[in-house]
Amino acid sequence: MSPEQILQYIFAGITVGSIYAFVAIGYNIIYNTTGIINFAQGEFVMLGGMISFTLSKFMPLLPAIILAVLITAAIGGLIEIVFIRRMRKSSVLGMVVVTIGISILLREAALYIWDEQIRALSFFTGTEISSVNILGARISPQVLWVLGVTSIIVGGLYLFFKFTLTGQAMRACSENSRAAKLCGIKTDSMVNLSFMLSAGIGALGGCVVSPLTQTHYAMGTDLAIKGFIVAILGGLGNPIAAVAAGLILGLLESFSISILPMAYKDVISVIILLIILVVKPSGLFGSKQASSLKDF
Amino acid sequence: MNNSNIIMRIENLDKYFGGLHAVNSVAFDVEKGSIKSVIGPNGAGKTTMFNMIAGYETPSNGHVFFNDILITGKKPWQVAEHGVLRTFQNLKLSNHMSVLDNVLLGWHSLGSAGFLDGMFSSPLSRREEKKAKEAVFPILEWLNILDLKDSEVGNLSFGNQRAVELARALASNPSMLLLDEPAAGLNMHETTDLAKRIEKIRDQGRTVLLVEHDMSLVMDISDEIVVLNFGQKIAEGKPSEIQKNEEVVRIYLGGDDA
Amino acid sequence: MKRYYPVIILFITIVVIQILTFVTGKGYMLTQLTMSAYYVLVAVGLCMVMGYAGQISLGQAGFFAIGGYTTAFLTTIDFSDKAGTAIYKLLDTLGLLITKETLYGDTIMHMSPWVSLFLAVILAGITAYLLGIPVLKLKGHYLAMATMGFGIIIYRLVLGTKIFGEADGISNVPSFTIFPGLELSGDFSTRISNYYIAWLLVIAAILLMVNLINSRVGRALRSLHGGEDASDAMGVDTARYKVIVFVIGAVFAALAGFFMTHYNGGIGPSEAGVGKSVRYVAIVAVGGMANIWGSLVMGLILNFLSLRGVFGHFDDAVFGVILVVMMMFMPEGFIRIAVYRDIKSFFHKILNRRKVEKIKLEHSHE
Repeated sequence: MSPEQILQYIFAGITVGSIYAFVAIGYNIIYNTTGIINFAQGEFVMLGGMISFTLSKFMPLLPAIILAVLITAAIGGLIEIVFIRRMRKSSVLGMVVVTIGISILLREAALYIWDEQIRALSFFTGTEISSVNILGARISPQVLWVLGVTSIIVGGLYLFFKFTLTGQAMRACSENSRAAKLCGIKTDSMVNLSFMLSAGIGALGGCVVSPLTQTHYAMGTDLAIKGFIVAILGGLGNPIAAVAAGLILGLLESFSISILPMAYKDVISVIILLIILVVKPSGLFGSKQASSLKDF
Repeated sequence: MNNSNIIMRIENLDKYFGGLHAVNSVAFDVEKGSIKSVIGPNGAGKTTMFNMIAGYETPSNGHVFFNDILITGKKPWQVAEHGVLRTFQNLKLSNHMSVLDNVLLGWHSLGSAGFLDGMFSSPLSRREEKKAKEAVFPILEWLNILDLKDSEVGNLSFGNQRAVELARALASNPSMLLLDEPAAGLNMHETTDLAKRIEKIRDQGRTVLLVEHDMSLVMDISDEIVVLNFGQKIAEGKPSEIQKNEEVVRIYLGGDDA
Repeated sequence: MKRYYPVIILFITIVVIQILTFVTGKGYMLTQLTMSAYYVLVAVGLCMVMGYAGQISLGQAGFFAIGGYTTAFLTTIDFSDKAGTAIYKLLDTLGLLITKETLYGDTIMHMSPWVSLFLAVILAGITAYLLGIPVLKLKGHYLAMATMGFGIIIYRLVLGTKIFGEADGISNVPSFTIFPGLELSGDFSTRISNYYIAWLLVIAAILLMVNLINSRVGRALRSLHGGEDASDAMGVDTARYKVIVFVIGAVFAALAGFFMTHYNGGIGPSEAGVGKSVRYVAIVAVGGMANIWGSLVMGLILNFLSLRGVFGHFDDAVFGVILVVMMMFMPEGFIRIAVYRDIKSFFHKILNRRKVEKIKLEHSHE
């Protein structure tokens, strides 16, 4: 492999890894406030891509994306109000089953609205053949968009959870929801906000990567499992580490293609998941004690 | 105290949680066929002691011998197979199962029929089922829950649930019972009944190790008492001796947890 | 004896359904009823794992595929040009090679499905065992994702591997002569016998499971559902029990895969998909989780309707709605609430009338 090729693989890996990170961040935000893994997280990415694609026919790209993110966030909030809120007392098994059911419904709705065709949002700058030269590797400017948006999201979330009152309230909910309630935090609206936030972030990810990876109604399931691998790899409940883990998985997959048949790419990542789950379920960056305190 | 009469020997048990020394070099013996109580204020390390004896937590240091067999480091189900059965402070019952099934579960460690026996309803399996039921019905009757045998445990009153838990433990014909606050949540009348039952259990030749907050119950039925405070054993002796022990009195009168 | 009454009723129902299709001239429905039986078998196995022992598995389609693909692969290899090889000699001496004539008049020799049946079950069992030991230590979401991950691995492997036919799957799988005159195949003439093969298999499985549920091991398994502390305290080797029940579920799925593949004459990757695994979970959920009869009834109804194409474009959506609605409004299941209790009390009455004297002994002489 030439250095340029390696660089090419690296950028491909980072792009894919960023999508995984978007999903994993979504998992983490909801997990932190509710202790639920929302299996429908991958569908938010799909919805972001699909809705913005449709809207972009009627308006410029930027408002189309903003509107798509808002609509998906609203869908996320609605899901919480209609389904999740009633399930508070249910078992983990019940939660798993319900969110799987929701993911099927979103996917089927998308199939009904957008059919089986593969869609792609147009490139933010330039076209599919334009490229920038970085150290000899030719990459699409869209890759830079993906990286930029990912960094902004991560930075924004960090500031949000650290410095805003709402962000701190959300964290309080995750640590001890009853105590948070006693302190006057409206846990219901925090949970709702977490669904909207993670749906919106997923949708934004779906928009940015759509030109590169395209959008298909059934893409959610794969993303859901990849995002989960990343969330586990980074340690559940840690959105920032999820990004690092996302990039690691993206790079691994990207390089595995050069050795193994394309079809086995997913096998590699799932095997990584199984190994991590068995050996160190607290994730690469998580501490064992912290994860054992969480109730599964 | 005659050595051969000792059923459980606890040697210098230690447990650290991070920086907290929850149990600090606690050692005592339990005499066969006696009722021994462990008391102490909240956070004294009583439940941690129990968890270590029953295999739910591994001690940082020290050993527990049961009938001269080392049981520390074994898993809960292995400890149970040795005949040391525990109950839980906040009841661990299978709420979706019937009373009878819960109590029959207690018989589990006495049986040996496996998956294939069960699937093909082998003679061994049928014989064991019969034996288990014969063993369990008198216990249900003794604890006044025979009428409830087909009810789902989740629908029972708290007092009855406690009875089911005790029945389940007895069904395994244990040589030693670890009772973790069995009177918690019971009314006066039920507590009196419980006291009689625990004494009866001892009179059947079983050994009872009891963690309990209800002082009158402890003083009434215990043969010996161990007092823990901040993870350390501060006194051990007969109820009459403990009642006179100055340090114990100071802790219980000075503390907020009498 | 009481516990076998529902099994007898099931048998009668199966016969009645067959007669009804015959009388009304709707014999073609037997095809879907037969296929439903195999899916029911998977659901019954999953019901033991998920409903009784409380361990979710989103990988049952993977085990189904292991059963199906093992036999499809092994029974479609032509041995006629491998006469010198050791495996040929071994199979030949054991009488496990079957000579068949193809449509074009060539003779081919393939391995007896008895061999592949044996291997399919062993392979699924070992896989479940090796997977189960580490994975069943996990709980909740982790277990769900890990089993789903296993399902994805199997799906990708069959989809991406040439010898498994990639997206086309494996076709031309020969029929399976169980004994002379009784053939497992999709041939029109064997439709009725195949309907009975499938449902007798289900009945056998149910019988075994009904026995198991009411045994020492069964109680230990059921106690796992509400949390493992109680089972642990009573001397149940929880880790081992979970793995074994997982193996049982896997073997049931693999058996279903084996039979279905010979019945259909082939298998494709869609049988291994995560969507199928989710369906099995949906069926067990709607059947009332810890209720083998619920899984059976709902498995039959839903699969039959789905295979008949009643749900049309909304096939997957129907299962999604079922999952959500059931878990939200009737987490105990549809069957358990509405029907099961009535049926039970009905039998209770009949029984009481019959043996008033023996009533006190009913539990010691089951």
